[in-house]
Amino acid sequence: MSFVKLTTSALAISAVAATAAAARDQVQVAGSSTVLPYASIVAEAFGDNFDFPAPVVESGGSSSGLKRFCEGVGENTIDVANASRKIREKEIKACAEAGVTDIIEVRIGYDGIVFASQIDGPAYTAFEPADIFNALGSKVLVDGAIVDNPHAQWADFNADLPAVDIVAFIPGTKHGTREVFEDKVLLKGCEDTGAMAAMMEAGMSEDDAEDACIDVRQDGKSVDIDGDYTETLARIDANPNGIGIFGLAFYENNTDKLKVATMGGVAPSTETISTGEYPVSRPLFFYVKKAHIGVIPGLKEYASFFVADEIAGPDGPLAQYGLVSDPELSQTQDAVANESTMGGGS
Amino acid sequence: MTDASMDPAARPAKSGLTVTDARTRKRNAAEKRFRAYGMAAIGLGLLFLLFLFGSILKSGLPAFTHTIVSVEFTMSQADVDDAESKMLKTKAYENFFIAALQSQLEASALDVAFDAKAIERIVGKTGGTIRSHFKDNPGDIGKPVAFELAASSRVDGYFNGRVTRETLVDSRFLQLTDLDLVDALKEAGIIQSAFNWNFITGKDSGVDNPGGAGLGASVIGSFFMMLVVLFLSLPIGVAASIYLEEFAPKNRFTDLIEVNISNLAAVPSIVFGILGLAVFIQFAGLPQSAPLVGGLVLTLMTLPTIIISTRASLAAVPPSIRDAALGVGASKMQSVFHHVLPLAMPGILTGTIIGLAQALGETAPLLLIGMVGFVAREYPEGFIAGFTDANSAMPAQIYTWASRADPGFYEKAWGGIIILLLFLITMNTIAVILRRRFERRW
Repeated sequence: MSFVKLTTSALAISAVAATAAAARDQVQVAGSSTVLPYASIVAEAFGDNFDFPAPVVESGGSSSGLKRFCEGVGENTIDVANASRKIREKEIKACAEAGVTDIIEVRIGYDGIVFASQIDGPAYTAFEPADIFNALGSKVLVDGAIVDNPHAQWADFNADLPAVDIVAFIPGTKHGTREVFEDKVLLKGCEDTGAMAAMMEAGMSEDDAEDACIDVRQDGKSVDIDGDYTETLARIDANPNGIGIFGLAFYENNTDKLKVATMGGVAPSTETISTGEYPVSRPLFFYVKKAHIGVIPGLKEYASFFVADEIAGPDGPLAQYGLVSDPELSQTQDAVANESTMGGGS
Repeated sequence: MTDASMDPAARPAKSGLTVTDARTRKRNAAEKRFRAYGMAAIGLGLLFLLFLFGSILKSGLPAFTHTIVSVEFTMSQADVDDAESKMLKTKAYENFFIAALQSQLEASALDVAFDAKAIERIVGKTGGTIRSHFKDNPGDIGKPVAFELAASSRVDGYFNGRVTRETLVDSRFLQLTDLDLVDALKEAGIIQSAFNWNFITGKDSGVDNPGGAGLGASVIGSFFMMLVVLFLSLPIGVAASIYLEEFAPKNRFTDLIEVNISNLAAVPSIVFGILGLAVFIQFAGLPQSAPLVGGLVLTLMTLPTIIISTRASLAAVPPSIRDAALGVGASKMQSVFHHVLPLAMPGILTGTIIGLAQALGETAPLLLIGMVGFVAREYPEGFIAGFTDANSAMPAQIYTWASRADPGFYEKAWGGIIILLLFLITMNTIAVILRRRFERRW
């Protein structure tokens, strides 16, 4: 085994005459593609404003970022994981097993999730969570009975909606956005339509009913997009009847091609999201390995720069791009300054 | 028997060299049809190519020009100190620039209404450029300096037709009234289009700064990767092919190797990325996002191509050359290295260049070893650092740009494709020239 290791290393090192083991002087970040735009703005500004090199920010999704984060401690592991959801218990455990025990959780702000369609397409102007559930759930309540989703057109269950075929492009399961969509839209719609109550009456446990609620129909009317919002936009461009799920910032950058629908009667905007009126939003996070602070130059500076008022505040470049800034930012700033790790203590 | 007087009507009519009979006509017609099919196929191919190039050029050429705002202003030592005392220093420089532009416009009495916010929407993210100028040229502090700074991506779009007055929806990025100001500034010669050198030489930028994005850093990343590929895959590939072709016994084992090499050439490139992540990064502990690792992964991908083409060109050298060398007393190795290899060289080089061109355009394996994302922000500090410092590659950079929200980046991605295509065309042309000039036929 160590022979193989030796040969691979020797092969690699002989490629460059000198050693590849020079200390890393660059912060390495990976994770959510939703946080990536914000992280790239901060990374550029960090490189421009400090004497540290700009951090490297890789994409790949919240789960894969956290998985790499939990691989262990050391120069060959990443320092920061971006996530569009909170770290899970399972992941914290995996981290601890690999020796990553002290994790600093940093909440950078909120991101709205919007339902948008082609600007010249059918009049999708107002949705309720119930509409989305009726259109996309795999089992829905029709005439008091739970049946496989029979709806082919939006008008089949809500006469206010256009009589066109249902087509929706939703984020694939590797995206953190999917979880929010399931929790805040599908589950809510399931409860609102009474489908959840009916399922529980039919003998399902609460957990099973919740799982059945967030199950998306598989007959081709709902399409999982595993790429990013650009792919969703391309699909919407090609399909006038399509509804797509986007981040607020992405929508705002493409208002010439997309029109947005209200959810529960509230139009998405940074204001309605920060007040909590618009229901579909989620916090964005990044996680810092405390063990790397002081080892990787610039790591703590990067973390505190990210949440500084000038950056993540309501007038900063992140808000300008579309992030909904966190009203409790000063607490986060304190937490970063004190290096307080998760699970209490400092 | 007077058989010579056979009834002329009974003979097959009009045969001969000058007359064509029905069957010949049929055969000729079939050939004509086949030619027509061939031409139609080529025509269709050309049409697609034309369409492809047309759409690439149409979408990509705007990336090579950018809209610049020319302003002259002076920053005193006190102004610089003030900006440097802030946390977000670049923003302070940018605000200074906006204020300078505003006072200049107020003095020039344009007949359009505007405010500082409008100017802020029109200019791009310029603070970084201004700050680095004063850092590199401290002598310019206190003197008037003429800056040419990028306008915002929406204004850029207005200049090259991506944004029009009809399709513009008022947003915090740009409003309809701002376009009046832009038009007035254009009249006054303050805003104009210019060739965007930064796009060719520059580094990647944050998602809110399409005007500052350039492909240069990732070109360097690609260059170092290609160096690794060249210096590993050429010797390894050639040595393997020479051994297999000239020395190895022909038995089941070598047959198995041969089949596997052909199989490897058809393995999807992402598989090599997974292998690279497992072996080079997690196991051997090489740095992530480094062109060294990218090069190693692409070497694995290129090796089969090079081995196959090298073996083909070695096999094409006639046995008489080997026999003659052996006949005058050369050893097997001498005959190979003195006679066969030089004759096979043009074919080997051609295969290598084509293999390199293939590797140059590869993105999928780089996804897994951390070269995709916001990576190409720093130029390497030296030759060795070029291999180990985090960097991206051209196709990875294009992929990254294509997935960003601002339509300005979409344009950049197409522009990047043009540059990548130019590199590929150059490499393939070199391969063709090498083949034409040095190839020998027997």
